[in-house]
Amino acid sequence: MLPRILFGDNQFFGVNHMSEDRARAQAMRFHTTRSVLEVLDAAYDEGIAVFMCTTHERIADICDHVRAHPARYAAFEFYPCLPYGVKYANAATEHGVLGALKLFLPQSGALGALLQGGVSLARREVGTIGELLIDAELKMFRGLRTPVIFLQNLVTDLLLGLRFDEGFRIFAEHVRKRYSAEPGFITMNLPRLLDVLETLGIDNPIVCASINKLGFRMCGGIAAYETAIATRRFRPVAMSVMASGAIPPQEALEYVCRQPQIRSIVFGASSRSNIRHTRQLIEELSAAS
Amino acid sequence: MLRAALIGLGKMGVSHLAILRAHPEVDVVAVCDASSYVLEVLKKYTGLKGYTDYRELLEREKPDAVLIATPSRFHAQIVKAALERDLHVYCEKPFCLDVAEGSRLAQLAERKRLVNQVGYHYRFVAPFREMKRLIDLGVLGQIHHLRAEAYGPVVLRPSGSTWRASGAEGGGCLYDYACHAIDLVHYLFGRPDAVAGSVLNRVLSRQVEDEVYSTLFYADGKTGQLAANWSDESHRKMSVKLSVWASKGRMCADRQEIQVYLRQPAPQAPELASGWNVRYTTQLTPPVWFYLRGEEYSAQIDHFVDCVRRRSPTLCPFSAAVDADLVAAMMRKDAQRTRLEAPPALRQSALQAHP
Repeated sequence: MLPRILFGDNQFFGVNHMSEDRARAQAMRFHTTRSVLEVLDAAYDEGIAVFMCTTHERIADICDHVRAHPARYAAFEFYPCLPYGVKYANAATEHGVLGALKLFLPQSGALGALLQGGVSLARREVGTIGELLIDAELKMFRGLRTPVIFLQNLVTDLLLGLRFDEGFRIFAEHVRKRYSAEPGFITMNLPRLLDVLETLGIDNPIVCASINKLGFRMCGGIAAYETAIATRRFRPVAMSVMASGAIPPQEALEYVCRQPQIRSIVFGASSRSNIRHTRQLIEELSAAS
Repeated sequence: MLRAALIGLGKMGVSHLAILRAHPEVDVVAVCDASSYVLEVLKKYTGLKGYTDYRELLEREKPDAVLIATPSRFHAQIVKAALERDLHVYCEKPFCLDVAEGSRLAQLAERKRLVNQVGYHYRFVAPFREMKRLIDLGVLGQIHHLRAEAYGPVVLRPSGSTWRASGAEGGGCLYDYACHAIDLVHYLFGRPDAVAGSVLNRVLSRQVEDEVYSTLFYADGKTGQLAANWSDESHRKMSVKLSVWASKGRMCADRQEIQVYLRQPAPQAPELASGWNVRYTTQLTPPVWFYLRGEEYSAQIDHFVDCVRRRSPTLCPFSAAVDADLVAAMMRKDAQRTRLEAPPALRQSALQAHP
């Protein structure tokens, strides 16, 4: 059962879709792990037990802290979102696409030789590379609860555009088998992705998408999103609900809470008072609708 | 249906491929790359036909249009082959390393009335488009100074094995980063008539510059400054910013927002008040049919497809990209002159810094 509220991490890593100044101010404010933990603790104490986070290298410090204090974080769960795309994109700029791939794969001789030699890849081999990349990204969460693991929109939408459907299957199967977790998919192209997941037989998927009354980053259009949410079998997680602050919270959350099929809402905030205010709003509006 | 082929499957190529294949009016008939490994994987899992030789692709598949995203040194020959076969061409930036050759190709495309576009995607970023709209309306009055900046994390270690680390292949901060800022300056304010005081410094790279600074001069008295640095990882990804000062106010724009300061309300733009006005990308960006890395990447491909359908000129033709290459070449030449004319005490350090 997905919880109603998930806590996001964009604010910690200088991601803001509206203002570079605001993004930089946040990057400065959350320069230390301690400052991130203070906010995470505030969210946890407000009853938000899930941290939906990228696999940014700094998350490893958060993982260490949670592992070291099992009693304090008895109910705490991570929903990792992989991969941290900027890392791969920057590496691809520096080393080329294959070079970047090699960089993030474990130094196993056989695979290195495989890539080097440009040997034709059988299905099992592409699967193996995918699995190794997933394992490398998830290493930092060892021993922690990760009941849902998401594929980041950069990769979801890349696979979607390329029509590399096998990638979704590799991800879903590996996450289920190896981590006993549910696969989730983040996308900016919700209606299109649902069609593909359906043809792959991935039933009732967890799909996280921008859902806001502005229609911001909702490809296919707001009407197609509303229809998909109302009529299709999947578990929607709403992100970018306030479109990085472009929509006032009350108005933003009214729009999302009006759609009863939306299971979860992920939001980020930087202070306890904001977290509490947003939580209360979601609870009130969810009860009212 | 536009029958398109894509040549070059590096980072930009793969991104274009995903966007193209998601386009409802495009049929990607084949792709071409030097790596047979990449081609085999794509063939097996996505059914795409692959070639390692672009001439063979053009000959056999006879596409209507071709998108070129190879390392820059191959652009000229592939563009030429495509134009000679009467294909519409989209080419990644920088266009051609040889300005004269780029200019000939731009003329050839125009003469044959073929749709031609270069991938300066910042022209499709909503706040910059809004800035252009307001400037063209004359909201700011007489412009006297502008500043164009581009910073980001590309070279962060003293290494580099790809073509980006070689100046002869179109690598270096000037072609890779500064060209985006140069092109935006052209798009908004026109091409400068002269450059001076240019500096191309190495910081980490062995062969190419990592930072570029230059002063721009216009015949009408406007001046500008340009700064680019691709070894700045305090920016999570590439960040481009334009600022302009003028008789009636000032403006700044980046990927996320546009800030306009007006001394008086402007009758041409009644939505703006005197003092500061801020508008965000969330309000300004038109929706796209498919999103991968930013609306602008989808918008520029859609624009190309649309222009081919209408046989209309694009927002970023080859000729514009030749202008960017030309000004980049002016800066490189100016930087060498600046170095030679430096006072003796500075000459040695300037020599070391200059690639």
